[in-house]
Amino acid sequence: MLEEIILAGFGGQGVMSMGQLLAYAGMMEDKHVSWIPSYGPEMRGGTANCSVTISDAPVSSPLISEPHTLIVLNRPSLEKFEQDVQPDGLLLLNSSLVDLEPKRQDLSVLKIPASELADEKLKNSRVANMIILGAFVELTKAVSMDSVIAALKKVLPEYRHNLIPLNRQALEIGADLARAGR
Amino acid sequence: MITVFERPQSLTPAKTHYCPGCTHGIIHRLVAEVIDELGVREETIGVAPVGCSVLAYNYFNMDMHEAAHGRAPAVATGIKRVHPDKVVFTYQGDGDLAAIGTAEIIHAAARGEKITTIFVNNAIYGMTGGQMAPTTLIGQEATTAPSGRNAETQGYPIRMSEILATLDGAAYITRVSVHNPQEVAKAKKAIKTAFEMQLAGKGFSLVEVLSTCPTNWSLTPLKALKWLQENMIPYYPLGVKKALEEVKV
Amino acid sequence: MAKVLMKGNEALGEAAIRAGCRYFFGYPITPQSELPHYLAWRLPEVGGVFLQAESEIAAINMVYGAAGSGARAMTSSSSPGVSLKMEGISYIAGAELPCVIVNMQRGGPGLGGIQPGQSDYFQAVKGGGHGDYKLLVLAPASVQEMVDTMAKAFELADKYRNPVMILGDGILGQMMEPVELPEMKDVETLPVKPWATTGAKERTPNIINSLFLDPEELEAHNLKLQAKYEQMIQEETMAESYQTDDAEIVVVGYGSSARVAKAAVDQARAEGIKAGLFRPITLFPFPKKEIEQACRQAKNVLTVEMSLGQLVEDVRYNLEFRVPVHFYGRVGGMVPTTRAVLTEIKRLTQGGEKA
Repeated sequence: MLEEIILAGFGGQGVMSMGQLLAYAGMMEDKHVSWIPSYGPEMRGGTANCSVTISDAPVSSPLISEPHTLIVLNRPSLEKFEQDVQPDGLLLLNSSLVDLEPKRQDLSVLKIPASELADEKLKNSRVANMIILGAFVELTKAVSMDSVIAALKKVLPEYRHNLIPLNRQALEIGADLARAGR
Repeated sequence: MITVFERPQSLTPAKTHYCPGCTHGIIHRLVAEVIDELGVREETIGVAPVGCSVLAYNYFNMDMHEAAHGRAPAVATGIKRVHPDKVVFTYQGDGDLAAIGTAEIIHAAARGEKITTIFVNNAIYGMTGGQMAPTTLIGQEATTAPSGRNAETQGYPIRMSEILATLDGAAYITRVSVHNPQEVAKAKKAIKTAFEMQLAGKGFSLVEVLSTCPTNWSLTPLKALKWLQENMIPYYPLGVKKALEEVKV
Repeated sequence: MAKVLMKGNEALGEAAIRAGCRYFFGYPITPQSELPHYLAWRLPEVGGVFLQAESEIAAINMVYGAAGSGARAMTSSSSPGVSLKMEGISYIAGAELPCVIVNMQRGGPGLGGIQPGQSDYFQAVKGGGHGDYKLLVLAPASVQEMVDTMAKAFELADKYRNPVMILGDGILGQMMEPVELPEMKDVETLPVKPWATTGAKERTPNIINSLFLDPEELEAHNLKLQAKYEQMIQEETMAESYQTDDAEIVVVGYGSSARVAKAAVDQARAEGIKAGLFRPITLFPFPKKEIEQACRQAKNVLTVEMSLGQLVEDVRYNLEFRVPVHFYGRVGGMVPTTRAVLTEIKRLTQGGEKA
């Protein structure tokens, strides 16, 4: 198994922590993982992205130029990365914020109105990222949902552990959508 | 037989390389006498500069560390942070401290590093051949100011003690001279106070010592002492620039 | 011990503490700032000192003082900052003091950029500061290896009384990977340093110095340093050879570039090309015997770098120009892609267009 994912969005949308959750969950399953962010001024309010590799074998290069999966939370990220996805790869996008149709015909695309769902169902638009992550996990089984939830405890500081149930709900909404959409 | 005068333990028997009439010898001796009197020779680590006193590590009979030009306060900071219970001092000239090492001395003082700096100001670069120093007086000749320092193109001499005295981390900043025996006695007292400040953990202490350079001033030793008194002291007034209240000065 | 997921820069910080380092002096610069951020809270926890200096120059001179007085001390920076440290590094090498310097390289020259680079190879390996001196230069390629390298760096520094540089890059500093951290070293068990300035209590004074005004003495000092470097060449080379036994083309790279190269080698193998990877872990001393062994049957060698051709010179030199050594590099924060390296491998083995 080798899963290479690029996650991209605006700074503040939780792109980095989504990636870290995935890496942590993979590590807890004794898989080989790496996480690498874009860094510098582009982090500050502009687009932010990170690359995550989850693999059964040692990770050769943590740098991903042609991901299996692209997760985009905003329009500029789709424009920037769509052409890089491997043929027949997977594209997950937050359709609440991406008002653009993907150009590629070969990709499996799942559009999730994640911001609206997070607002409506959970009264908290900040967990939109977790809805998409839930869908990704359900679609790819790159890691198990249990590992992601266990990883939340590692990635969230202790004083934020009260948010774990909310995040869990968001993950499950995403997973349900993925099951329905398949 | 009673010994009335001898070499301080804190000086080695080495013959110094200083020019005839240079006051570095006096200042070395004052520092050594103070360290002897405080009984801390075996607890002291000195930092030598680059400049005329570059070989100070051969003359002080204690652990010594030779620094790069201007960096003595940074080196001393490293030493003191590793050995907060030891006495650490730097011995620096005006080019070293007031030109290339300005950042290091300002920030060591601002941090309140518990070190003592002996700042020897003779208004010239001695070792490299009489070039203009940051402390060279207006009109004073130097090999790089052959018609005398011109404020228009070469700016003004820096009064480091006054600048350092503005910093909250400084516990004791004073300027002394060694142009006559009375002033030498006062200078020793100031150096002792500076070391005592460090021992008491009060903060950064510095003694600026006005000094002569007969060789590069092209004066006899006696005339050099007189020149110091008549030209340097009016621009670099002697006295305490800063002392924490609890210090008796 | 269980694995933890750590950023390279933070892992280096924790590894330094566990190696017995209690003194850090540095100045902020991207992309290594997570290392000082980490040590700023972590060092005080273990009774150490974190000091943000007024400049890179001051920071390395604080390391000079701390190392001279017997402590395991370090500093870290990125390319432009490391240039500023060169004066102090030369003094530390001249005065024969142990310390560790981290360079998380970014693109240059000048202010350059803040994205990863490897264009400080010459500076690290060939000198950088003035005088005939060498740094031991270690080039880890994963977060785990950075942790292991840090312990090794302090050991080597003490063994040779010589500054050691860990030459990383922005990618290694920023990336997260699982790591297993070593046990905390008891600082009481670190090597004794009778030469250090600790106060001359009941002994003759110690002098830390790099000045030798007598030319005969200075030459003798230089020859002594040179003998030390010779010993390093004999005893300290480290390298990884991957799939090189039957390799017709050997790709050579260090640090992040080697990771990309390895991925390209894997893909080439999957396509039936006999490709291998040689990765020097010590850049000085350069692993000459190891690269000769790895390339003995190679028809072509390709270096992959984030520079415009620095490592390639040492590869040619150490292979004594017996094999054609080619070069592929990206600079300015651009990173070689696996695909581009694979294209180069194919071009060299099968002919075709340049990547």
